[in-house]
Amino acid sequence: MARRRSGSRARLRELHPRSSHPRLRAGRRGCRHDGGLRRLRRSGPRALPVRVSAWSQEELAERLRGPGIYLHTGPFLSHIRTAVPAVAEGIALLYADHKVSAEEPYADFHIALQRPGSLRRWISPQVRFEYDGLLPFKPLPLGQALPMLEWGLNWCIGAHGHQFLIIHAAVIERNGLAAILPGAPGSGKSTLTACLVHNGWRLLSDEMALVSLQDGGLTALARPISLKNRSIDLIADILPNAALSARSEDTVKGAVALLKPPTTSVERVAEPARPAWVIFPTFKLGAATELACRSKADTLIELGRNAFNYSVHGARGFEALSGLVDTCACYRLTYGEMTEALALFGCLDAQAAGPVGART
Amino acid sequence: MSRREATGGRLLLRLAGRPESFATLSLADWDLVLRQAMRAGILARFCFQLAEIGALDKVPERPRRRLESARVLALKHQRDVRWEVACVRRALARSGVPIVLLKGAAYLMAELPSARGRLFSDIDFMVPRARIEEVEHRLLDAGWEPAVADEYDQLYYRRWTHQIPPLRHFRRNTVLDVHHTIVPLTARAPVAAEALATQSLALDGDGQLRILAPADMVLHAAVHLFNDGEYDHGLRDLLDIGDLLQHFGEQPAFWGDLARRAEALGLTGPLQLTLRYLERLLGMPLPDEIREAAARWQPAAAKRALFDALLLRALLPDHPSCNDGLAGTARWLLYVRAHYLRMPFHLLLPHLLRKSLLRPAERGGDARRDLQLRVEEFLRLGPPHHPAARAAAPEHSE
Repeated sequence: MARRRSGSRARLRELHPRSSHPRLRAGRRGCRHDGGLRRLRRSGPRALPVRVSAWSQEELAERLRGPGIYLHTGPFLSHIRTAVPAVAEGIALLYADHKVSAEEPYADFHIALQRPGSLRRWISPQVRFEYDGLLPFKPLPLGQALPMLEWGLNWCIGAHGHQFLIIHAAVIERNGLAAILPGAPGSGKSTLTACLVHNGWRLLSDEMALVSLQDGGLTALARPISLKNRSIDLIADILPNAALSARSEDTVKGAVALLKPPTTSVERVAEPARPAWVIFPTFKLGAATELACRSKADTLIELGRNAFNYSVHGARGFEALSGLVDTCACYRLTYGEMTEALALFGCLDAQAAGPVGART
Repeated sequence: MSRREATGGRLLLRLAGRPESFATLSLADWDLVLRQAMRAGILARFCFQLAEIGALDKVPERPRRRLESARVLALKHQRDVRWEVACVRRALARSGVPIVLLKGAAYLMAELPSARGRLFSDIDFMVPRARIEEVEHRLLDAGWEPAVADEYDQLYYRRWTHQIPPLRHFRRNTVLDVHHTIVPLTARAPVAAEALATQSLALDGDGQLRILAPADMVLHAAVHLFNDGEYDHGLRDLLDIGDLLQHFGEQPAFWGDLARRAEALGLTGPLQLTLRYLERLLGMPLPDEIREAAARWQPAAAKRALFDALLLRALLPDHPSCNDGLAGTARWLLYVRAHYLRMPFHLLLPHLLRKSLLRPAERGGDARRDLQLRVEEFLRLGPPHHPAARAAAPEHSE
């Protein structure tokens, strides 16, 4: 153990010959004990964030094992630590285009994915998600570490991001107008989103629509798309060049693999979008593709049901959600063929948006 | 200032006592303070405090968003508790039984400053002991269900504590703690519930919804903080009492009432500790009258030093940045002390044994459950030996 530590320190010193890297400065206990809290006291100029891909995989893994990295995902800044190699590899692959810092004075979330130091290290190994040292979930099998990072980050936003009204939905954008795709698990929402964002649409989020309570605008996260079960192979077929993580089998959602968000979506993450459509997709094998209007009242209720924190916002939440439904054309989409669905989305245009298009 | 105060929680305590000192915080300070405040359950409280002094706009953007998010959640809790209290009142309206709200629900319904930013996990209230069965039945009829499935725990609550087992609403999942007094029946210093109830104040026109009188409210909060043994929200509870004292203390007669009441109810111990740590941790100024009384009540120097060693650790947020190597032990010793205060030793030992050793059996099969029941019977702590009740047990647990 000790040898590995000192070895990795030497490697870090090679990587940053003149840096005052916290792992080189702080005592071993300080690092292990509090995730480098002490380090935050340090003053002096800070380096600007770089892309994750600017670091070698080895350097990234080293930092994750040690002081952690500060990953920028849209409005949130997460301090992440992990010694699990699969998570480091996953971040290198899926977040390659995201901004990252070695040091920040402040982070919205301090999280870690670590292996419990018990017998579990050898017998059916597990991984646990720590939120600032607390465990909001039960541990999962080690093979599910990467999906656990994603679920954990989602949990952080859902539990602490009440500056937004958060709806469980995918959000995509074209020409400044966004479509919100709420969908029950198994509705084909993520599969459809994956295809759309590789066909002219920008990804804001695959899981969470962040609605501003001030102006109703949508904020982007541009995080990986979570594909489940059969859609993993389907997407691997349709998008042979897309970066897809290794599969994690037997999660609560079945097999899960994560798809890297398109580079342009990540680069444009700071651009908000205006909501224009709410479309509830349902994939049905062999069904004819059909876009049917859905009543505003019905849409409002269904969106409220799909929201993470609708009730938290009370009357303001109702106002934000009814404002959203008012400005959007609301539809129900049934599709049996991906190409037909993509063609249909290609035909959605600005004229279709607005209250007129959606009255039933 | 002791070593503990000088390290981890220093900034947090300073900000909690004097929110106007926020301006000197760096972004890194905010990171630390908000994490500690989150753990202590006082994040939203900070937001309200900073907003009150018009300082929220001057907080850097990321910490401010976090504070505002916490405030949104706290406001949701307040709405929910108001609604829930109305539901309880409706369920008990016909019985006319007086409902004395306790702790957070009382602060909120009486619009006391301690209510701001508070998160609620349950609603506590007190009813006369003679009518507690009737109250329980009415609440069961109105949709609340026992939240504790385990027979031992059910029995434990009814036999040894000052409340019935918590009730959970079948749809809204809200939890009610129905008390009939403020300290357990077995406590070394029992408190006469009637004395509290007769002094209680009406919150509404017909007087069904009530709160404890100011001095009693402070004493209950102090007993809860120092005798319950759980310090997850220790700092928050201490701050709450500080708010109550500041609020009620504007009436000069209050301090004398408080001292006399503490002596009459035998609660000078917890009150003395409260005053000591309000001064030591938060630098709260206290009138000489109550300081002199507290000096009279204080334990011998050795005991005082022991309390300091334990409580100056346990009252800080349970966060790595505040905990030293002894914090865990301090919390554990206080937990044991609380049980010691709550139950005589011949009851306490089997109880702690069961909690620590036998609890895993609940996850085991029938054989282990049977063994557990037999051990409990042997210890005369288990459920009464009714064959029917025994037969029904597995169904309940499934």
